[in-house]
Amino acid sequence: MSKPIAEPEPQPGEPTGRGAVTDAYEAAGEALISRAEEEARYGLSQYQLMWRKFIRSHTAIVGGCAVVLFYLIAAFANFLAPYGGDQRFIEYLYAPPHPLHWEPQTGLYIYALETTFDPETLKAVYKPNPSKKVPIRFFVHDSPYKLFGLIESDLHLFGTADKDVGVFLLGSDRQGRDMFSRILIGSQMSLTIGLVGVFLSLTIGSIMGVTSGYFGGRVDEIMQRLVEIIRSFPSIPLWMALSAALPQHWPPERVYFAITVILSLIGWTWLARQLRGKVLAIREEEFVLAAQLAGAGDAWVIFRHLIPAVFGHIIVIATLAMPGMILAETTLSFLNLGLRPPLISWGVLLQEAQNLESMRHYPWLLTPALAIAGAVLAFNFFGDGLRDAADPYSR
Amino acid sequence: MITFIIRRLLGMIPTLFLVSILSFIIIELPPGDFMTSLAANVGTSGSSMDAATVENLQRQYGLDKPAHIRYLTWIAGFVRGDFGYSLDWKRPVSELIMGRLGLTLLLSILSLLIMWVVAIPIGIYSATHQYSLGDTIFTFLGFLGLSVPEFVLGLFYLFIGIFVFGVSVTGLFSAEMEKAPWSPAKVLDLANHLLWPALILGTAGMAQLIRIMRGSLLEILGQQYITTARAKGLKEKVVVNKYAVRVAINPLISVMGMQLPSLINGATVLGIVLTLPTTGPLFVRALLSQDMYLAGTFLLFLSLMLMLGNLLADIALAWADPRIRYE
Repeated sequence: MSKPIAEPEPQPGEPTGRGAVTDAYEAAGEALISRAEEEARYGLSQYQLMWRKFIRSHTAIVGGCAVVLFYLIAAFANFLAPYGGDQRFIEYLYAPPHPLHWEPQTGLYIYALETTFDPETLKAVYKPNPSKKVPIRFFVHDSPYKLFGLIESDLHLFGTADKDVGVFLLGSDRQGRDMFSRILIGSQMSLTIGLVGVFLSLTIGSIMGVTSGYFGGRVDEIMQRLVEIIRSFPSIPLWMALSAALPQHWPPERVYFAITVILSLIGWTWLARQLRGKVLAIREEEFVLAAQLAGAGDAWVIFRHLIPAVFGHIIVIATLAMPGMILAETTLSFLNLGLRPPLISWGVLLQEAQNLESMRHYPWLLTPALAIAGAVLAFNFFGDGLRDAADPYSR
Repeated sequence: MITFIIRRLLGMIPTLFLVSILSFIIIELPPGDFMTSLAANVGTSGSSMDAATVENLQRQYGLDKPAHIRYLTWIAGFVRGDFGYSLDWKRPVSELIMGRLGLTLLLSILSLLIMWVVAIPIGIYSATHQYSLGDTIFTFLGFLGLSVPEFVLGLFYLFIGIFVFGVSVTGLFSAEMEKAPWSPAKVLDLANHLLWPALILGTAGMAQLIRIMRGSLLEILGQQYITTARAKGLKEKVVVNKYAVRVAINPLISVMGMQLPSLINGATVLGIVLTLPTTGPLFVRALLSQDMYLAGTFLLFLSLMLMLGNLLADIALAWADPRIRYE
């Protein structure tokens, strides 16, 4: 942790900076303004400084906004998606994406698909029927859902005027389910599993890291040994082995929770290492010594001084750990070792794109990959900006 | 230096021992064993295995013994190079894994090489042309490379192979080369099938290295000895390549150890996506069929690979940067 900026010219006996040195600046107006700004900086709290540094980075702001947007989409996914995640259109299996059209009279519309069967392969071939326009309506009532798991509703942002003709912005899958809806609803699993996983790792990692760094000695040694052993395993194979141990008959909710626990079992080690380093450095600072001399107990020093001092770093480390968690979940689910249907996550959706045949004929099954890349990119930009901001005293 | 290496190697033994116990426990975690999962599979396919047959087979393969006895038998075999017997493949584990571990290693080393060869020049360019258009583009591409997981890149690679070139890019050889005798054309075919996966595998690491190289070189270029070199009238090329880059490369060596886990992870996953005979596909199959000795040995060897790799990275760092002292 770097030290706060030293006061530039400390003049003993002068209550404010308006002394001889400052007078010299009066001559140069510009310099004075910058000086006044500098002085105003000293009046800011640490978090105000961090905020100032954060908003100066454009990529970080874009990343942060994108992260917020992703979570808003996840929260309102059921409303934004035209259909429910398991709603099937049995007449439209593997339907290609619908292009949207617009004209002044009807507004947005799509062409209904006409189905013919390839005589050789017996596969359905879809062709837009130019004579059958189906208008898109906003705020339609379709499949019921529970918003935030509480509020019952059947309102969807958009849908077709003709209920039998589905609108598939990103095509439909093997069972005739709308990919666009499934990607939106899948974001709930994919984005929350990272959040819960990071929260669990953070809890374990903070306790381990802070105690290990603060107490040192034997405690530190045992903790470091444990971290070292867990980190001797490559994470994906270890995650795979642990997930393979989950019984097949478990209900989806329990599998979901078990996967977060498995992810955190390895995730905490990284957080603990990072925090330990920070605490080791801060432990030597004068304010800790002062607190100890004033008679503060270990618990007081840890909770009152150390945790607030490293809190910014905890947040940064947590943000930087998010992409890894999201990727881990998607990878495991993609390999059939993580979440399983009927749960919907981006990794589960990509399972469908696993074989070459489906990729050749139905390339739109790959679209969840774009969602994954987008979410991870947003988190990387956001986390990177946060990391720079967490240390507002460096240039 | 030699005492340092010996000390580190000796220090690895207890860790390796604990890792082997943990591997065994993890592999043992699923309820039942290979025979019960085999019986369940046979059951779903129509015919059935009666309980007596299952018990007989369990006794034959020593699956009825308590866990610690099985662990000790398994681990004692390592000294003789006997890693147990794969019940799924009906062959010794050692026969099955060596080629696959070798390919995983080859793929990792290849992508490590590609990573360095590509990342260092780009990093130097970015640092010497800070905030230029090229720098911005590389920075953005770097973030993109960090954000797309290997298996997605692998899927896109398959996708491009099919749609743009109309060929299937899976496996180690093209279909017509598969059975052909060894020839220069076949070697070329193999290289072609390995190079792209290695590049995909190295993408994230490459992005990381470019960022580190750029940051490190920028820091070094601001130092006084660089100013001195310039003041002496040395050519900018010499100042950068001979004075700055040599020092700026050290952080890259120290992250090499950290990149190894992601290479091993990536090689495992990519092997499954591209059906390469790396550890990945066999490992997943072993996990799902509870072929425990095979799965356990894989886990143990991947960990060993990681530990040795870390040691090599430390040695390389000590060799490259004489300022680092090991007591």
